[in-house]
Amino acid sequence: MIGVVRSLMELPKEKLVEMYRKMFEIRSFEEKVFELYAQNMVPGTIHLYAGEEAVAVGVCSNLRKNDYITSTHRGHGHCIAKGADPKKIMAEILGKKTGYCKGKGGSMHIADFSVGMLGATAVVGAGIPIAVGAGLSIKLRGTDQVVACFFGEGASNQGTFHEGINLAAIWKLPVLFICENNLYAMGTRQSRVMLIKNIADRAAAYGIPGVVVDGNDVLAVYEAAGKAVERARKGEGPTLIECKTYRHKGHSRIDPAKYRPREEVEEWLRKDPIKRFKEKLLKEKLLSEVEIQGIEMEVTNEIEKAVKFAVESPYPKPEEALEDVYA
Amino acid sequence: MRRITYREALREALREEMRRDSTVFLLGEDIGRYWGGAFKVTEGLAEEFGDERVRDTPISESAIVGTAVGAAITGMRPVAEIMFGDLTTLAMDQIANQAAKIRYMFGGQTKVPLVVRTPFGAGVNIAAHHSQSLEAWYMHVPGLYVAVPSTPYDAKGLLKSAIRGNNPVIFCEHKLLYPIEGEVPEEEYTIPFGVADIKREGSDVTIVATMYMVHKALKAAEELEGEGISVEVVDPRTLTPLDKNAIISSVKKTGRLVVVSEDCKTAGVTAEIAALVAEEAIDYLDAPIKRVAEPDTPIPFSPPLEEYVIPNEKKIIKAVKEVV
Ligand SMILES: Cc1ncc(C[n+]2csc(CCOP(=O)(O)OP(=O)(O)O)c2C)c(N)n1
Repeated sequence: MIGVVRSLMELPKEKLVEMYRKMFEIRSFEEKVFELYAQNMVPGTIHLYAGEEAVAVGVCSNLRKNDYITSTHRGHGHCIAKGADPKKIMAEILGKKTGYCKGKGGSMHIADFSVGMLGATAVVGAGIPIAVGAGLSIKLRGTDQVVACFFGEGASNQGTFHEGINLAAIWKLPVLFICENNLYAMGTRQSRVMLIKNIADRAAAYGIPGVVVDGNDVLAVYEAAGKAVERARKGEGPTLIECKTYRHKGHSRIDPAKYRPREEVEEWLRKDPIKRFKEKLLKEKLLSEVEIQGIEMEVTNEIEKAVKFAVESPYPKPEEALEDVYA
Repeated sequence: MRRITYREALREALREEMRRDSTVFLLGEDIGRYWGGAFKVTEGLAEEFGDERVRDTPISESAIVGTAVGAAITGMRPVAEIMFGDLTTLAMDQIANQAAKIRYMFGGQTKVPLVVRTPFGAGVNIAAHHSQSLEAWYMHVPGLYVAVPSTPYDAKGLLKSAIRGNNPVIFCEHKLLYPIEGEVPEEEYTIPFGVADIKREGSDVTIVATMYMVHKALKAAEELEGEGISVEVVDPRTLTPLDKNAIISSVKKTGRLVVVSEDCKTAGVTAEIAALVAEEAIDYLDAPIKRVAEPDTPIPFSPPLEEYVIPNEKKIIKAVKEVV
């Protein structure tokens, strides 16, 4: 089901259920990661996606299994939305052998090539040209796949953003550039590092459509991404979609995010994408309280299982560090 | 003497040089009043010197270093911070092709008084994009200086010299060194580039080590002393220029050499130092040279994997015992 959603009614119920489930799954997953982190069970650092669920889910709900995505340091949500297995994501985050990358990558570097998730890079902006390359490969191979490339507004000041989008534009590649504008790159507010308000305005510089959407409204994201996917599959080229959103927690680990005014945080918490979607579903009587509770319970159980799996899995053997350097 | 951390020592050097010379300014991502640098080295400096001289930048490494180069050749003394050493690769053209070559290629008409500060090193489980040690890459570029301080004292003295000097310096810090404490005098001092420091005297074997590995070498030396093996630990402090004499003199005294560095073994810091001694002092060696380095893998995330690839006291002790 691709294309323009004029109202909720046009979407089959299974699709709505699936979207709600995925958003709730990402939130529950991130809450668990945070908990495990607090218990010292997560090595290294974490960047949580909580608050931005509508973006990954709205975009990926338009994608087929063989479509591609590229992701960032804040990537757990992208993985889940693209259909990766939470068990293996969690195991990777805990550094276990059963994780997607056998413990070599960790939270910031998860990939699941079996569902078209081409990997998260912790180098800000580095995924952009890689997504363009996947788009080129699609074109050369003559399939109708598409690529969705996720990155933050901070990344849009890297050369890779400008170079990558220009290439995709001139070669009419099937790429969706999805800018997750959560207003801050670490402690740096967007307004301090660019004079424009909308990253989407930059699309004009490369001659492609640029769209701004409410990134906390999953249906708005779904609709905008749907149009871009349609355009890409028809060979008409890339689209830049800017999703205005907000991360609920600090940038990473224990960042208290004191650089954000309290009223601003509160305002965005009120705009919580999951709460909003739920209210809409209930109001339009598309799902009942009981149905929603059912979904939530199922997901909670699934996440518990993922945690159990990850915690009980073994660490890799030290010598395995030497494997996989070359093919 | 007063003890301060490596982080504080770096901050003091920056503060003192900024007070001393109005052409010195800082630029980098989140180094200003909102964050104070990812590792808090520049904390408080924006408050003292203002946002003009402690400039937060967009996430644009290539432009950060390139801008610093442009400012450096027109009368300023920029100190750029790149948040992680791994990310200096994004600025590689500006570092290796521009900063390093401008003076030479333009026939000595100008100089490039630029410092790029950046933390290298593994040990905190943040995987292959944030844990590398790339010092040797920069040793391979004529025109660049490479500083590798291991103590608060060295960090402060070398950073002050780097800022006052007239050449581009890749100033390598190490994530695990920031919180360590050491003696740093209150009074003004600088440390010249190209002068090694003997961190411990000994007579049976020379260990040349840099940055965090100096501390592991010193611990290994202590343990070995208990077993009757006397270890000399030489810290080059700068890799370019390299104090060849200090290394060779020590080898002449002990007749044995173990080189320890956290970077990859192939074409790395240990390779260069081993080659130097093989070329210029082989007659003084009583045993083959041993190298303890990272075994040519990206840095893995999971703790048991990361621990396995990073040099440690055990590996150093084993190497020493193989040569004595
Ligand atoms: C090239 C590069 N520069 C700097 C960093 C350090 N860093 C990690 S995340 C981040 C902020 C990224 O902001 P944004 O792209 O907006 O994504 P967000 O974290 O807001 O999701 C920075 C500066 C990095 N990992 N890579």
